Amino acid sequence: MNKYLLSSSTIFTLVFTLLSYSVNSYAQSEQEKGLAIAKERKLRDQGWGDSTGNMSMILRNAQGDEVVRKMRLKSLELVDDGDKGMTIFDQPLDVKGTVFLNFTHASEPDDQWMYLPKLSKVKRIRSRNKSGPFMGSEFAFEDMSSFEIEKYEFKYLRDETYEGQASFVIQQVPTDKNSGYSKQIVWVDKEHYRALKIEFYDRKGSLLKELVNLDFALYLDKYWRPMRVEMFNEQNGKSTELITHELNFDTGLTDNDFNKGTLKNVR
Amino acid sequence: MKRLLPFIAFLPTVVFADIEYSGNAAVEQRYFFQDALYPQQERANLSGYFAPQAYTSFNDGSDSIEFKGFYRIDQQDEERTHGDIREFKWTHSGDEWEVQAGIGKVFWGQAESLHLVDIINQTDAIEAIDGEDKLGQPMATFSLFKDWGNTTVFVLPYFRERTFSGEDGRFRAALPVDTDNPIFESQDEEKNLDWALRWQHTLGDWEVGLSYFDGTSREPDFVLNSETSEPSLRPFYPQLQQAGIDVLALLGDWIVKFEGIQRKVLDQDYTAFVGGFEYSFIGLFDSVYDINWLMEYQYDGREDITNVISQNDLMLGTRLVFNDIDGTEILAGVVQDLDYSNVRSGFIEASSRINDHWKWRVDAWMFSSDEPAEPSFMLRRDDYVQLSLEYYF
Repeated sequence: MNKYLLSSSTIFTLVFTLLSYSVNSYAQSEQEKGLAIAKERKLRDQGWGDSTGNMSMILRNAQGDEVVRKMRLKSLELVDDGDKGMTIFDQPLDVKGTVFLNFTHASEPDDQWMYLPKLSKVKRIRSRNKSGPFMGSEFAFEDMSSFEIEKYEFKYLRDETYEGQASFVIQQVPTDKNSGYSKQIVWVDKEHYRALKIEFYDRKGSLLKELVNLDFALYLDKYWRPMRVEMFNEQNGKSTELITHELNFDTGLTDNDFNKGTLKNVR
Repeated sequence: MKRLLPFIAFLPTVVFADIEYSGNAAVEQRYFFQDALYPQQERANLSGYFAPQAYTSFNDGSDSIEFKGFYRIDQQDEERTHGDIREFKWTHSGDEWEVQAGIGKVFWGQAESLHLVDIINQTDAIEAIDGEDKLGQPMATFSLFKDWGNTTVFVLPYFRERTFSGEDGRFRAALPVDTDNPIFESQDEEKNLDWALRWQHTLGDWEVGLSYFDGTSREPDFVLNSETSEPSLRPFYPQLQQAGIDVLALLGDWIVKFEGIQRKVLDQDYTAFVGGFEYSFIGLFDSVYDINWLMEYQYDGREDITNVISQNDLMLGTRLVFNDIDGTEILAGVVQDLDYSNVRSGFIEASSRINDHWKWRVDAWMFSSDEPAEPSFMLRRDDYVQLSLEYYF
C-alpha cells in the first residue's frame, strides 16, 4: 500500500516536472534566456588554463593628449572558484615593479594585494573599491576582473545586428551593491558568444562608458581574445585603449606563481 | 680540440638573461622655518641621491640576482653624505619554497604611523624623520609557502648601526652621537649571530602575522662620554628578544590594523602596541577622488621613555587620492602626545607625476614641543618643508 502510494507520487512529480519543462521551452522568460546566453558565453570560454600577456594602456583626455602605461598580465583559470590574476607594472617608471594580485570570487568580494617595491611591502587592499579607476584609466577595477555568472542578474533584450554580426543584446545588473554600475548592456555575437560591445550605466542610470572589443584572435583553436579594447567615457570625453601585444597559453603557471609571499621576486 | 668538445658540452653552462638596469635619482631642497638651535646648523639645505638597480635571472628564472645601490650627497651634513647597498641578493625559488642569501630588505607589519614589529633592517635615520628608509641587512633566509601560510627563517650574521645627523645637520641632540665608538652588549659586537622567524597568513578578510626575533637591538640607548675634550653620546646596542603580532582586518568600509610587541631587553620586559583603523570614502561627492581617514593609537610600556616618542600618542591622518593620470596623492596627519598636551607633530606629503620620467614631491613636518622630557624636544626648531624632483629610469 505504502509502496504504491510512493510510486504514484513519484510519477506525479515526474509528469509535473516534464510538463513544466515543456511549457518553459515554449515561453522561456527573458531572464532565463539572458542567463542561458551568459552561461553559454562562460562555457565557451572554459578550459583555457593559464596565460601570460604583454599590454599597453593608452590614456587619452578630451583634448587628445595621450599617456602610455605598460604592464604584463598572468592569469590562471580555477575550476571551482574565480580566476587568479597578476598585473606587473612596467610603466610609468615610478611604479615599475609594483604588482597587483587578484583572486576573483564569484559571489564574495575579490581578494586583492598590492606589492610596493619601495617599501618591500605587500599591502592587502579593499576590493570593495571596485568602482575606482584602474591606474587613472577609464577602466574601473571591476572591469578588469573575470566574467562570472554569479556577479549579475541577466535579461535578454533583443536580437540585433552589430557591425554585421548577428547578436543577442543582454542586460546584466550587478548583484554587488558596491558596483559602480546600475546596469550593463552587452552585445554578444550568436556565432561565438563573444562580448562585442558593452555599455555601462552609472548608479543614476545614465550612460557612463562604452567598451568595444576589437581585432579578435583565436587561441588554442577555441578561445577568442580581443587584441584591442577601447573604453570611451561618454560623460567626460576621456578614453582608454588597451592593446595586447603578446598573449601566450599553456605557459605552465600554477597556483604557486600567485602567492603573495613571492611577489617581491616577480618580474 | 675535437676531444675537448664533448667535455665542453657537459660543463655546466649558466645562461644569464639580460641584465635589466633601472633606478631613480632626485634633488631635494629643504628649507627650515626657524633659526637653528646650534650655530653650525643652516636654514637651507640642498641634497641629492642616486639609487641604481640591476636584475638578472638564470636557470629559467629559478635563480635571480638583484642589486639596489644608494648614494647621497648632502650640502651641509657630512654624515648625511653616505652610501649603502640596500640590496644585493641571490634568490633560488623552488616549488613551494625559496632560499635567499646576501643583503636584503624585509618589511613586516600593517600599521601606518609606527612600525613596531618590523625589526630586520636598521633604520637609515639620517635619511628622513619618518624612519621609513632602511639600511641593507646581510642575511640568509629559507621560506616555505604552504596552504597554512608563509613561513620564513632568517639568519642575520652582521649588524648595521643606525645613522645619525652630524654636528652640521638638523634633527640632532645637543651632543653629537659618536657613531665611530658604539658599545655592544654582545661580546661578538656587530658580528653577533641574530635570528628571526616569521609566519604570515591570509584568513578570509584577515591578514595575520606572527614574528620572533633574537639578537642585537636596532634601537640604541646612549651613554654619555665626557672623558674626551668634547663630550659625546656613544650608542649602546643591547641584546633583545621580541615577539610580535600584526593583524589587518577588512570590515566593510573599515580597515582595522594592529601591531603589538613584547620585548625583553636588559632585564626589562615591556609591551608596546599601535592600533587603529582606516575608513574610506570612495568616489567622494560623485567624483573619482577617494578619501581615507586614519586614526591610530600608539602605546609603549617601557619605564625609561627618554628615547620613546610614541609612549601614549594619537595619530589622526587623511589620505586624498585623486585617481588621476598623474597619480596625485596627498597624505596629512597630526600626532598628539596624550601625556603632554603641548607636544605634537604634523606632516604633509604630496606627490604627482610630471611625465613618465619625472615626479615632484613636497614633504613638510612641524614639531611643537616645549617638554624637555620628550625626545621630540630636540626637534622643536626643526620645522621644515622639502621640495623634491625625482627622476626615474
